[in-house]
Amino acid sequence: MSALLEVRDLSKRFGGLQALSGVTLDVGEGEVVGLIGPNGAGKTTLFAVVSGFLRPDRGRVTFAGRDVLGLPPHAISRLGLARTFQLAQPFPELTVAENVMIGAFAREPAPRRARRRALEVLALTGLGALAERPARALSVGLRKRLELARALATGPRLLLLDEVMAGLDPAEVEETVEVIRGVAATGVTLLLIEHVMAAVMQLCGRVAVLHHGELIAAGSPAAVAADPRVVDAYLGEEMG
Amino acid sequence: MRGAGAALLLLIAVGIPLAVRSEWLIGTLTLIYFFAFLGQGWNILGGYAGQFSFGHALFFGIGAYTSALAFIKAGWSPWLGMWLGAALAVAVGLITGHLSFRYGLRGAYFALVMLAFAEIFRVAATNWAWVGASFGLLVPLRGHAPALFQFGDKRWFYYVMLALLLAATAGVAALARSRLGYEMVAVRENEAAAAALGINPYRVKLTAMALSAGLTAIGGTFYVQYFSYVDPGIGFGPTNSVEILLRPILGGAGTVWGPLLGSALLGLLGEATRGLVTAHAGLHLMLYGALLMVAVVFLPHGVIGLLRRRS
Repeated sequence: MSALLEVRDLSKRFGGLQALSGVTLDVGEGEVVGLIGPNGAGKTTLFAVVSGFLRPDRGRVTFAGRDVLGLPPHAISRLGLARTFQLAQPFPELTVAENVMIGAFAREPAPRRARRRALEVLALTGLGALAERPARALSVGLRKRLELARALATGPRLLLLDEVMAGLDPAEVEETVEVIRGVAATGVTLLLIEHVMAAVMQLCGRVAVLHHGELIAAGSPAAVAADPRVVDAYLGEEMG
Repeated sequence: MRGAGAALLLLIAVGIPLAVRSEWLIGTLTLIYFFAFLGQGWNILGGYAGQFSFGHALFFGIGAYTSALAFIKAGWSPWLGMWLGAALAVAVGLITGHLSFRYGLRGAYFALVMLAFAEIFRVAATNWAWVGASFGLLVPLRGHAPALFQFGDKRWFYYVMLALLLAATAGVAALARSRLGYEMVAVRENEAAAAALGINPYRVKLTAMALSAGLTAIGGTFYVQYFSYVDPGIGFGPTNSVEILLRPILGGAGTVWGPLLGSALLGLLGEATRGLVTAHAGLHLMLYGALLMVAVVFLPHGVIGLLRRRS
């Protein structure tokens, strides 16, 4: 039985910067995997390659048994691989509900049913009360939540979350952790980039660490936190 | 409330020619409807899908020339030629759209490519004797011949234009509530985010281009039947492209009522300044330029946006 997402020997260079260097990573169906590493480690580049926004120089990406390298982003999304953007990208002129509706069309082509699905997802992600607000009026934290809701509305099998907790206050982080836990409970597989370590420790069954474009460790959160290479690269002395 | 308002406006529009015998009023209103119709065509691509075309005269000219040529050279009724023109405009739209969107042209670059295509057609028409070269085409008059899109009484043109405008506006209103309409807006607002949600931006933009081109070409056929004349500048010229985009932008691009409001406002302005403008040739173009700048800088969502903000 092969993993839902298989990343093999992925490399990507931007001019003089080796953003990814021979990265190999598996994510199994139903797993919640954390992807951590210092800024510039290549995490977002990895997401961009897997979701079809960037072409790697070398390597292979298989999703649900299909080679997805070379497919355009919309085709990969339709296969059930959704992503959020690190810098939230709402449709500013549309309402919150309409934003999510755009994602819901992937499952419900009729506008009325797409709207109903959007409202359900908004309730699930705690945005129900904001449904009729224009998206441009949302705070940064809520925009990230909207980003999550919109991707979720496409009904993905695998959801790539890029720092949905950055910039949130502790109460908001706690809320978002609960939302993600709820999503995982519905059987959606999750791969998340996150700097908020408390959230990673709570959510993830497994953690992978990128450093200078290389995967330097992978395993349970506790094992990774104790790995000396990880401590050197990223966590430093303060990690207790 | 809005439905009742629209029904009242429609009742007035239908009733005016029955109650008033003013050629001037009928003619002015016909042109207001006509430009609103063209604006509605531009609005699909430029407003909803956010692809700012500076060369929609391309499609207008194709519509006008095709139906006129089909009538003059082959005796086709312009009612039929109108659809041939629309089909040709869609085909040309798909080609220009493919060339632009396949290579990711956006904003000013797309606008300029559209202008360039329209100019190619203008220059070609100017130098091609079979299509009348620089003189253009005169539609031979057959008196009152409704089957040939020719009417002895201008009120017929008024009702034809009103019906076309109603159909286009109802179509755009339906589009705005449809999946395709939402996808167009999503692509306009953020193409990468739209793609991440499973929308194919290339396909959506191409569809918008096809609808927009076909509608604009139908406007071209109406023009050539109404004025019995078209030449390369009137058909494909940049002035015409500006005429087409000015009203939806002024009224509110990407809204159902924007092109109608913009056309009504500009129609009133045109009548108010008529004396001034006829005395100084070209003045109306300067006026348009100034209006366009004001609208783009101060009214990002047109007059409709201003009204909505107030309410």
